[in-house]
Amino acid sequence: MSDEQTETLKKLPLDSWHRGLGARMVLFAGYEMPVQYEGVMAEHLWTRENAGLFDVSHMGQVQLVGEGAAEALEAIVPGNISALGVGKIRYTLLLAQDGGILDDLMVTNTGRNLYLVVNGATKHDDIAYFKAQLPSGVTLDHAEDSALLALQGPKAAAALAKLEISPLQPDWPVPADLYFMEAGPFMWGDIPLGISRSGYTGEDGYEISVPAEHTEKLATALCALDEVKPIGLGARDSLRLEAGLPLYGHDMDTDILPVEANLNFALSKARREEANFAGAERVLAQYPSKADKKRVGLFVNGRQPIREGANVVDADGNIIGAVTSGGFSPTLQKPIAMAYVPMALAETGTEIIVEQRGKPIACTVADMPFVPHNYHRKPKL
Amino acid sequence: MSRYFTDEHEWVDVEGDTATVGITDYAQEQLGDIVFVETPEVGAELGQGDDAAVVESVKAASDVYAAVSGTVVEVNEALEDEPALVNSSAEEDGWFFRLTLSDTDELGDLMDEKAYKAFVADL
Repeated sequence: MSDEQTETLKKLPLDSWHRGLGARMVLFAGYEMPVQYEGVMAEHLWTRENAGLFDVSHMGQVQLVGEGAAEALEAIVPGNISALGVGKIRYTLLLAQDGGILDDLMVTNTGRNLYLVVNGATKHDDIAYFKAQLPSGVTLDHAEDSALLALQGPKAAAALAKLEISPLQPDWPVPADLYFMEAGPFMWGDIPLGISRSGYTGEDGYEISVPAEHTEKLATALCALDEVKPIGLGARDSLRLEAGLPLYGHDMDTDILPVEANLNFALSKARREEANFAGAERVLAQYPSKADKKRVGLFVNGRQPIREGANVVDADGNIIGAVTSGGFSPTLQKPIAMAYVPMALAETGTEIIVEQRGKPIACTVADMPFVPHNYHRKPKL
Repeated sequence: MSRYFTDEHEWVDVEGDTATVGITDYAQEQLGDIVFVETPEVGAELGQGDDAAVVESVKAASDVYAAVSGTVVEVNEALEDEPALVNSSAEEDGWFFRLTLSDTDELGDLMDEKAYKAFVADL
């Protein structure tokens, strides 16, 4: 029996705040979480045009402290963690010994430690795996007393700038000066905040780690701004799908290797050359495009969405792949999906057939993201 | 005309031996923004409890069951271009299909409006 089943239902620090705003709560990753407030479509479109506040406190915030932490982590992730500069963030994958994907995560070099954000549904298994890998000089701290809020959308930076948030040191950058995938420590009055310019919507924005007891004050202050509304898990899912971002447990899992998941960018050049991360031999044997199957985007002909679990079939009806995420794109006003298809069918523009409830539905392999990313990237010199 | 309800949140208007079927306002509210409705084929013979239609919101697909058995005689073509009619007018313009009842006794299995309201109030 897994930890997930034996755990009792957990409440978010903002539980009563969500309910007070009329949220519909659903069970997710062992927590009761807000799936929507006014409606998925309206919340989604609001985030694409303004700024949305998401409570993602179910996610695991983990700190690795001590000499050799980066090297120890590199044994189980393919990212170049030891070369990560202070204040920089890297997206990477937690790999099993056979190279299968156990989770995806963000790693920040804070200068004092490595700060990791992992998925809520996998965090306890991840932590057990980390602990088994870490040398005696490296300690792991699961920051269960911290909440995590995401402020996402084209007006996120303007909104956050209205709160008087100062860098921990006067000569460090303010939140608006951070570029995409940069982070730093800040103070909001006497409340410490860890702010990252990152997210899961494809938009500009921030992820803000805040002590649990101060979460409500921060969420209330942000939602009092004209640019900001609270947004539920439903829109978080449709936003990330439009952004082409995979969801762990759906678009990848322990049976999927990184190249198959179309995550080659997470296999850094230096680490491919070292080839010393978990499952490296099996993972790199597929690099860059020698896998049998690949995660692709799909446009669906017609208006009917296709859903996770629908099969990709050939002309004779044989199952040759599977849809792993699917829904209706509020921005594009048509259905979109992610699916695993044989490598020979993975080219953009390839026409494929998905069978749903016994009915064939024509689809076309599409470039991802479906909706362009709007990140605040550092200008290239 | 009499209106009946099911515990699957469908409504059934009966006039003579013709029944018009849709989902209730409570159901559309629970589903959220509806983006597609798959209606049955005209001429389809549905048994009570059979899958009759599929209603798709941004997030999920939900089955609509045949509350009563019969032969489909008409479907609401307007839903093809404007599925959001189910949100704006679930219990009128957003109807799904009409069928000729094959067994009017089945109506005895359904709730009247008062019973349905009490059922929803308990959810």
